[in-house]
Amino acid sequence: MFVYFVRRLASLVPTLVFVSILIFGLQQLLPGDPAQMLAGEDQRPEVIEHYRQKLHLDKPIVVQYGYWMGGVLQGDLGESTRTQLPVLDLILQKLPVTVELALLSMFIALLIGIPTGVISAVKRGSAWDHGATVFALSGLSMPNFWLGIMMILLFSVELGWLPASGYVSPFENLGANIAAMIMPAIVLGTAISAVLMRHTRSSMLQVLAADYVRTARAKGLNERVVVLKHALRNALTPVITLGALELGALLSGAVLTEQVFTIPGFGKLIIDAVFNRDYAVVQGVVLVTATAYILLNLMADMAYFLFNPRLRH
Amino acid sequence: MKPRSLALVGAALLTVVPMFAQAQVLRVGLAEDPDILDPTLARTFVGRIVFSALCDKLLDVDEKMAIIPQLATSYQWSADSKSLTLKLRTGVTFHDGEKFDAEAVKFNIERHKTMAGSNRSGELRPVTTVDVIDPSTVRLNLSAPFAPLLAALADRAGMMVSPKAAKAGGANFGTAPVCSGAFKFVERVAQDKIVFEKYANYWNKDAIHFNRIVYTPIPDATVRLANLRSGQLDFIERAASSDIVKIAADPKLKVSKITEIGYQGITINTGKSDKAQANPLGRDAKVREAFELSLDRQGIVQVVMDGEAVAGNQWVAPSSSFYAKNAPMPKRDVARAKALLKEAGVTNPSFTLMTATTSDAQKIAQVVQAMAKEAGFDVKIQSTEFASSLKLADQGDFEAYVLAWSGRADPDGNVYSFLACKQPLNYSGYCKPEIDSLLNEARTKLTTADRIKAYEQVAAQMQKDRPIVYLYHRNWLWAYNSKLTGVREVPDGLLRVEGLKLN
Repeated sequence: MFVYFVRRLASLVPTLVFVSILIFGLQQLLPGDPAQMLAGEDQRPEVIEHYRQKLHLDKPIVVQYGYWMGGVLQGDLGESTRTQLPVLDLILQKLPVTVELALLSMFIALLIGIPTGVISAVKRGSAWDHGATVFALSGLSMPNFWLGIMMILLFSVELGWLPASGYVSPFENLGANIAAMIMPAIVLGTAISAVLMRHTRSSMLQVLAADYVRTARAKGLNERVVVLKHALRNALTPVITLGALELGALLSGAVLTEQVFTIPGFGKLIIDAVFNRDYAVVQGVVLVTATAYILLNLMADMAYFLFNPRLRH
Repeated sequence: MKPRSLALVGAALLTVVPMFAQAQVLRVGLAEDPDILDPTLARTFVGRIVFSALCDKLLDVDEKMAIIPQLATSYQWSADSKSLTLKLRTGVTFHDGEKFDAEAVKFNIERHKTMAGSNRSGELRPVTTVDVIDPSTVRLNLSAPFAPLLAALADRAGMMVSPKAAKAGGANFGTAPVCSGAFKFVERVAQDKIVFEKYANYWNKDAIHFNRIVYTPIPDATVRLANLRSGQLDFIERAASSDIVKIAADPKLKVSKITEIGYQGITINTGKSDKAQANPLGRDAKVREAFELSLDRQGIVQVVMDGEAVAGNQWVAPSSSFYAKNAPMPKRDVARAKALLKEAGVTNPSFTLMTATTSDAQKIAQVVQAMAKEAGFDVKIQSTEFASSLKLADQGDFEAYVLAWSGRADPDGNVYSFLACKQPLNYSGYCKPEIDSLLNEARTKLTTADRIKAYEQVAAQMQKDRPIVYLYHRNWLWAYNSKLTGVREVPDGLLRVEGLKLN
């Protein structure tokens, strides 16, 4: 198993190289000229020319990629052409924010989603089940940005309980940090909890119908032990996969939610970078996000071994 | 007390305590994140809002767009109008303690002209050399008289940075700018905040009543307003026109409406590429006239901007002293439009109207489509993401384009780059030597009376050729805490910090 783990980690490098080449190529396909975007309103030809040369836009794409890769290998991810701030600094500033939001949202999603899914499966057909389905459907269908704005209007404008925007580092002021993050985390978490709930429910229903569960009941085991120890552990495998994917998606930044709550995370960073044709920022963020995704999937696979001893060989 | 009420009281106290500290901090909500904070390289409108607190300029403009002193206390044109002598304010220092003097002005003008990637070199093109007469007198020598110079010196081209800091910072000076304005740079977190602190040795420090300013970019207008209403911000710029009635009704908030110096219009490809000749709109001036006559500008203002704009048909607003009175705004006349189309031999002309994806531009396109239909036009709307639309416009790969201009203090800034031959913003591809010479004449004459004679002739020709159909001039809509006083409503849309107070 250790060999498996190391092999998976080693495959990180070629995957990242491939992803970076892919994104580099895709960015070039985007219509629009970065040099023009950087020249701003006045579109002075000498400024456009300056940026064309500075960004090596006049050179073949392979050469441009070479320049970028050369910088990366020296630890330099380039700088944002829009603000001149180093890409690495931007990522280090915003990554903790996005990670915190992702973890908080995931926590809320798991807290609501899994228990609701289990109850829904165990009490299938009952009022609990129907209630949970309604909750799931509304969570899935409510647009994040609408829910976010509604929450701001209620909790910030009308009641004044929570700040409408902004981010404070938890190391600076934990209370202010939680106050700023709780609403976006709830918005994101409830949407994901709906998905998790449905998957937990269907997975549980399958498992609860299995032979070994019947055996466990026949052995006279307490229902709670049957459900939680025997059924849930097996039912969680697909949910873990889903959870890892959702967490990965959260790490790439929940753009609309960040926009609504003015959270300076990855989502806003990458969206603005794409619109401004800030290639270096997009490349840097994609690399970091791809790494996070791969690591998360690896952790999810490791988690299977934890939950399912039969896989440990 | 019940635990719940205790919690509520606790929460209430938590909101009150910071308020005392906040009386010293001005919190401003911006519609975008500014770009590089280097006056030489900067290129966005929103950056200028931030600069007005950070970097003083040689000159400034007032509510009537008249040129007033700032770092320069007076100016004098030479007899041949080819040099401008400026008397500088004494006792001024940069945020790093360096002295502001004529040498610093020379350094800055040369930096604006020669730095790689400078966005100011066009604005200062006629300036050939800068002479230091004495520490508080400097002379700018020009290759030809250039009236727009004063307005340029009242904007980024007149902003003065510390020569010592500029040399040390090099190309990355903008990440930690050092100027001589009322506030100095503390920190910037991209897309999060820009923090300034009061500069203790500012020459006009008595007019400054805040210790700190925090600018927060919040692109969504609804969210920006929610932050103002919840008390997290003291001032927001570019409030949505649809929210104005609600804001005005709130006793805790105030609204400022200032007609901009820019415009919103439709640029027509009349010569930028082959597409111009291939389409009746680009090919035939009569068709363009019919198009303009099919539009009800007041109606567009009402629907698109909820009335928060002033209809206009020139590159300056009707209230401007440079508005050409010989070219008044035509009223909608669908019958005449139809007749013109018949004369031109095209009764149902069709063209594609390219527009950005912002909601204003989309609304304009839809209203224009509906209005023009009544005269027989078949307008197809093409929504295009901004970077792509810029490229298409530059290549002439469009027929008509909804395009706004943020405006410059001098009318030359609203017209030269758009109508003179082969200029960068001349997306229409319009090129007439007589217009070029009129525009150049308007640049080289220094009095309004002389310049307006040239502009009147340009406007008269525009009524025949119509490469651009100007629609309206938006109102800058500012919303702020009603306890904020001293808000100066200058048409350039920039918040000035002198005299601002939160009571």
